[in-house]
Amino acid sequence: MSKETLDKLVSTAAPLPIENIDTDQIIPARFLKATTREGFGDNLFRDWRYTSDDTPKADFVLNDPTYAGARILVAGKNFGMGSSREHAAWALHDYGFKVVISSFFADIFRNNALNNFVLPAQVSDAFLAEIFKAVEANPQTQITVDLVNQEIILENGLKESFAINAYKKQCLMNGYDDIDYLLSLKEEIKQYDLAHTNF
Amino acid sequence: MSQPKTLFDKIWDAHVVKAMDGGPDAVFIDRHFIHEVTSPQAFDGLRKRGIGVFNVARTTATADHNVPTKDQHLPIKEALSRHQVETLRKNCAEFGVELYDLGHPFQGIVHIIGPELGLTLPGMTIVCGDSHTSTHGALGNIAFGIGTSEVEQVLATQCILQYKPKRMRININGQLTKGVSSKDIILYIISQISASGATGYFVEYAGDTIRGLSMEARMTICNMSIEMGARGGLIAPDETTFEYIRGRRFAPQGEAFDQAVEHWRTLKTDEGAEFDVELNYKAEDIGPMITYGTNPGMGISVDSHVPNLSEIPQSELASYTKSLAYMGLEPGTELVGKPVDYVFIGSCTNARIEDLRTVADFVKGKRKAEGVEVWIVPGSVQVSNQAKAEGLDQVFLEAGFELREPGCSACLGMNEDKVPAGKYCISTSNRNFEGRQGPGARTFLASPIMAAAAAVTGKVTDVRQLV
Repeated sequence: MSKETLDKLVSTAAPLPIENIDTDQIIPARFLKATTREGFGDNLFRDWRYTSDDTPKADFVLNDPTYAGARILVAGKNFGMGSSREHAAWALHDYGFKVVISSFFADIFRNNALNNFVLPAQVSDAFLAEIFKAVEANPQTQITVDLVNQEIILENGLKESFAINAYKKQCLMNGYDDIDYLLSLKEEIKQYDLAHTNF
Repeated sequence: MSQPKTLFDKIWDAHVVKAMDGGPDAVFIDRHFIHEVTSPQAFDGLRKRGIGVFNVARTTATADHNVPTKDQHLPIKEALSRHQVETLRKNCAEFGVELYDLGHPFQGIVHIIGPELGLTLPGMTIVCGDSHTSTHGALGNIAFGIGTSEVEQVLATQCILQYKPKRMRININGQLTKGVSSKDIILYIISQISASGATGYFVEYAGDTIRGLSMEARMTICNMSIEMGARGGLIAPDETTFEYIRGRRFAPQGEAFDQAVEHWRTLKTDEGAEFDVELNYKAEDIGPMITYGTNPGMGISVDSHVPNLSEIPQSELASYTKSLAYMGLEPGTELVGKPVDYVFIGSCTNARIEDLRTVADFVKGKRKAEGVEVWIVPGSVQVSNQAKAEGLDQVFLEAGFELREPGCSACLGMNEDKVPAGKYCISTSNRNFEGRQGPGARTFLASPIMAAAAAVTGKVTDVRQLV
């Protein structure tokens, strides 16, 4: 539905070097009660970002002004495990992240992110460690995420390619959406449906 | 002769409406379950596109995630939850979708009511905007959780665009020992392969131990497939499956049932079919399990100890330390004897009638320990009614256990059923993530009988010493 697109992004990054970040951390269940897609960014990483009396926790990366404006989140392996809540992707998107880099993503999160124009870019453990190192050395370092050439390039010249399916790449670059494609198959789907009324 | 196929491939291939060259398959979905939390934005999407639900007969709705488990006959007190349930009502009425709302005799946790009503059948493709949709796979179908954009896809087109996952088979053979149940089997497997060990795979569970399990016990196993990252898990249907389905509300009846069974008998992995990964475990190696950390892969046999720092790979030390700090536990310590504050028996993992019977059998004539709060939340109105018909409610009452009304409840704490910060809860649910049962809550995942044992003693207990 959205005509948002993504091809190349140059940005600073917010580092979150924790493994197995589950979608309950990205957006806790008590914030899933909205009936629209907007506004979830305020509660992104809510319980890591704020104390129980809503005071920002100074030591959490998103509260550190050094990383303000980062459009890339760099996280430990197995990012997005757990619940299928798309609210996790909405929260990242609403907050302003366009890309999440990790060395492993959970399946459902990966789909949800792609469906919301947030690119889950999977790199090797070694390259992930290089990114963390570069950001630690200079939080203002610019990271280039080039979807067209499927490459992530650091300022020090280190780079690594990442895989993405050609179909999903086209969707991101052109703002296509799965439903448009499926609706074009409507007649074939109807025929299948009619032929399979008994399971 | 054609290439031997896995059960998963047979079902998947039969549902591909169109394969995209080098892209995902358009897979037809036989059954779509929806609930109040992950559907409102999908219905909004249909409105914006000006289209309806493709085939309402294949869609079933219920309210479960944030419903109260007390006084369900009254309006929901919490404004946001009430709004979400009311939005579901409006959407279902507007689009013509069948809703098992609060007060309906079929209401309950979406993954409990599907099989219970005979809506879930072998050979189907099933999706729901909830990761525990894998539960339904116990009846021999492909069932998996999806996001809201995908809920919209399925409502709009009855299809979903998906890449075919890889195939994994996990074989469990041998005799389970005393006090060990299907919950322990799945917690054991996840502890062996980690919370991401099956990411990218669809799992078939096989072996004589699995064959010997009841239908409901199999559901507990498939339910937690997602906790090792798997897209879903399934078990080939057999006589146990057919007998479970026979006579259920929406299942084929009479002659149609016999014909269906004939087809369902063909739903099995062919001899010689290849899996990308095959794992083998012995039932005798599995003890009563409990988790100590903040993901379901962090589990141990209850008579073991929390791993020492020296047992953790260097790369995982930071996450491990963070996890134990959250749980208030020290490396190398035992969990047996650790006091618990709350006991939660419920969720799509373990809130079926057999789970309640197991708990009732164990606690009959016993009483909960002083200071422990025990919530039993049945998975559906039908489970609740059955429990009452069997007098289990009396057993719970005498034990000091509170029997609530059906819903997801303290599994994810979207309603009022939250565990307070810093408190320990032994829970029959599926996730021990930070804050899952309430901000700051500390969760030990375990089987129903392990939870019941802790309720009676007030601390983590090796149930084998009590049975």
